[in-house]
Amino acid sequence: MAYWKPITELGEAHLVKEGSTLAEVTEDIVKVTENPAPRGWWILFGIAMSLVGIFTFCVGYLFYRGVGVWGNTAPVYWAWDITNFVWWVGIGHAGTLISAILFIFRQKWRTAINRFAEAMTIFAVICALIFPGIHVGRPWLLYYVFPFPNQMTLWPNFKSPLLWDVFAVGTYFTVSLLFWYTGLIPDLATLRDRSLTKWRQRIYGFFALGWRGSNRHWRNYERAYLILAAISTPLVLSVHSVVSMDFATSVIPGWHTTIFPPYFVAGAIFSGFAMVETVLLIARSVFKLQRVVMMRHLELMNKFILLTSLLVGYAYAMEFFMAWYSGNPYEMAHFLHNRPTGPYWWAWLWMVIPNCVVPQLYWFKRCRTSIPLMFVVSILVNIGMWFERFVIIVSSLNRDFLPSSWGIFRPTIIDVGTFVGTIGVFFTLFLLFMRWLPMVSMTEVKATMPQADPHYGHGEEKHEEPHDPDHVPDAAVAGGLVPGGAE
Amino acid sequence: MEAKATKSSGAVPTVILAEFDSARDVLHAAEKVQAAGYRNWDTHTPFPVHGMDRAMGLKDSRLGWIVLAFALTGLSGAFVMMHWMNGVDYVTVVGDKPPGAPQTLPSMVPILFELTILLSAFGAVLGMFGLNKLPRHNHPLFESERFRAATDDKFFISIEAEDPKFDVVRTRELLEGVHAAHVEVIEEEPE
Repeated sequence: MAYWKPITELGEAHLVKEGSTLAEVTEDIVKVTENPAPRGWWILFGIAMSLVGIFTFCVGYLFYRGVGVWGNTAPVYWAWDITNFVWWVGIGHAGTLISAILFIFRQKWRTAINRFAEAMTIFAVICALIFPGIHVGRPWLLYYVFPFPNQMTLWPNFKSPLLWDVFAVGTYFTVSLLFWYTGLIPDLATLRDRSLTKWRQRIYGFFALGWRGSNRHWRNYERAYLILAAISTPLVLSVHSVVSMDFATSVIPGWHTTIFPPYFVAGAIFSGFAMVETVLLIARSVFKLQRVVMMRHLELMNKFILLTSLLVGYAYAMEFFMAWYSGNPYEMAHFLHNRPTGPYWWAWLWMVIPNCVVPQLYWFKRCRTSIPLMFVVSILVNIGMWFERFVIIVSSLNRDFLPSSWGIFRPTIIDVGTFVGTIGVFFTLFLLFMRWLPMVSMTEVKATMPQADPHYGHGEEKHEEPHDPDHVPDAAVAGGLVPGGAE
Repeated sequence: MEAKATKSSGAVPTVILAEFDSARDVLHAAEKVQAAGYRNWDTHTPFPVHGMDRAMGLKDSRLGWIVLAFALTGLSGAFVMMHWMNGVDYVTVVGDKPPGAPQTLPSMVPILFELTILLSAFGAVLGMFGLNKLPRHNHPLFESERFRAATDDKFFISIEAEDPKFDVVRTRELLEGVHAAHVEVIEEEPE
């Protein structure tokens, strides 16, 4: 058995359409950046830019009038701003999962989607960072959160989870950017070497840093990539854990829960996969990438969505169980009454049905492989996960210990505009990325193809030494179990 | 096997570049070049070819040590920063908890972790650039038109004139003998 051949008995298949050449992969991916943008791209870009206009107006008005333009008021002082922040950070997590965790587990199929997912991480974290930035009321004093000598000679309080969050999300953004750029370097060199115009050659060449595919460089490069993947894995788990501690370390019923860190991480990956899928399905049809982004990849993503949906469903159930089991009247009042039957019961249903019920469709192969269905499900999951954060934040705050201080939160048009606006910011950045950068990692896709195996298609019997124990590890590596290879 | 010089014959050869059509060919050729005793040479491939490090006789990357140094800097830097800022320079007592280490160590964990990761990531990327001597936007290999395919679908071996065993005729013969699809001498005008 040759190592470059998929083990069909295990359900493996070729990751790129069988018989594709290396040059075809380059051509498919690079031509997106070389050809004029298709009409679909311009339509989407126009819509996204319009939303950016709304965003700019809403944030400008917020800075002019202050945070009173939002619906936040006693007792709900955190509302859509933090809901949106947590939602966007969570979306970013799938990108790191795909690029780092699946890399460490040698999941070769990730090569079709990892660049995408990493870009999504970066843009989602940009959108997330906007909200803590603008919700402080006096955004020009935001530098107080950094350990920066300010005019009060006062340092930040390092015991505060909100400050942990600054470091966690800041580190997450920086590491994601470094990881993404490192992965881009060989592909930027491909763009440089194919350039037909001087300007393309200069710009891509500048960012390709003079990469020349040297094996002496690949050796350090692959090690850097492996280390980045290895450190991103605990990082991504820490980021949403720290985000959850913003809530879990408080005493509010509904927030004061030890299950929060893993529950938030599972939810983050769940919503992130849904968002990758939404964006990928659009890009796949607009740019006709069926050769690289195959049904097989989409089906695997749907399996992930099903798995994380079950994890999230378990966490919801466990929150209820613990509230009842604790016998704490405030916990019971919150979980057993306020959430399902309180003023936000409809938001609770929007959380439970799309997150726990709808993904159960993916038990069926026919559903996992239906493009229209998965598009709808991915959007429903995005909505459901937004409502999960809304339920956690708003419905926990609106009724706390004293009934006399209960209240109702109503969003304003500026709340809506700011949130919808960040979706525009996200898609604008994404569309620019798809237009100007290779949206699939050519290097990694090529490395998973049969041609990448030095044993491919020639004298198999000569290289086949199944009884030589020393030969097996090398051959296993040569079989491309390693996307991009390790040592 | 056609062999030609890219520039006029008065120039000095700097690199001999051999082109191969497949990962298998370049790997086998690399084994031969290594066995012939060359030192200043390299292979250029659109993706890392498995087994090439062994074929070229390369040792393991030293990057891990650089990252470790960065990681320890991040960890100790984060500790010193938090302890000094909250416990020494401006004693910050919040929630009646002691302001500095060792009592506050548990609450330091998230930031200790994050800064360790942050510095490690910079160590990995900057260390990789340092070990690879990148960025370097000018290189004799970029003189070759055919070399552009090194980032697309062709595989190359380059042997530099600085190599003690380098000899325009013999080195070219070696590369032609290992089934190079094309051999090219890159030359440079003497200064």
